[in-house]
Amino acid sequence: MNAVLAVLVTTFLASAVEGIEMVAIVTGVGATRSWRASLLGAAAGGLVLAVVVVVFGLALTAIPIGPLRLVVGTLLVIFGLNWLRKGIRRVAANGLQGFRMKEGELPDDDVPVDGLDWTGFVLSFKGVLLEGLEVAFIVVTFGGTSGHLGPAVVGGVAAIAVVGALGVGVHPLMRRIPRSVLQLVVGLLLTTFGTFWGVEGLGLDWPVGDAAILVLLVLYAAVAAVAIAALRGEQQTAVARSPVR
Amino acid sequence: MLGSLASFGRFWYRFIVGDDWAIAASIGAGLVAVYLLHRGGLSAWWLMPAVVVATLSISLWRARSQRV
Repeated sequence: MNAVLAVLVTTFLASAVEGIEMVAIVTGVGATRSWRASLLGAAAGGLVLAVVVVVFGLALTAIPIGPLRLVVGTLLVIFGLNWLRKGIRRVAANGLQGFRMKEGELPDDDVPVDGLDWTGFVLSFKGVLLEGLEVAFIVVTFGGTSGHLGPAVVGGVAAIAVVGALGVGVHPLMRRIPRSVLQLVVGLLLTTFGTFWGVEGLGLDWPVGDAAILVLLVLYAAVAAVAIAALRGEQQTAVARSPVR
Repeated sequence: MLGSLASFGRFWYRFIVGDDWAIAASIGAGLVAVYLLHRGGLSAWWLMPAVVVATLSISLWRARSQRV
């Protein structure tokens, strides 16, 4: 009984960590780009994941996760940096009230007004697929080695359900945050996860394990704060130097 | 058919490279450097955050004259 409970709790907690990363990407992409594209991408990622899990079953651990982490990590860090740069410049220019769109203006530089936002779709798709695969690995590894696959599956599925429900609860709050601030925050998150997975994908270990995600997030947030302060200072100097009309 | 292929290629170029090609180039170069150092026996995990911070700073500097 104790062994079953230990497997259940361990897989729940480990899967919840992966689930938080998954929900952060899906809600972030939805709030800054398009909810429709983000949710469709998440659903497609979940579908592919389900097929992979059914086809491979316990042989899932044979899938090379390293190259997948490297590819997804590289794309996320490049995309995250592009967003972070945009977010820093907009927050520096407009403050925390954010970037106000004029009437008839596009919601973002490259988000299509009609049709599906494929960029948002692909971002959510690979976020759900990679994180979902990691949850499946956790379930198979813990469940398979302990001989309690059933409780491990329950722990993994329950974690995703709980974290997913929290994501749905958070989503109305995210709609109230200005787009440029969200762009800054999501850029920070994508850059953080991208750096973490990219380095892990090359076969290196972070000295503090998963806690490196938090360290990277704090580092990048500090750099963004310094950059915003520097850009604001530059703008104030330019305004002070401009001739009075 | 050719038009579809071109727009497919444009999507992936915009998706991977984005607004500033230098970001994609320096991140790619950074990962190659981390890999080479790792193969040489040095655990260079610290190099990637440094590359990311330097890339962001340079990209912001380059974008100063562009419209926000």
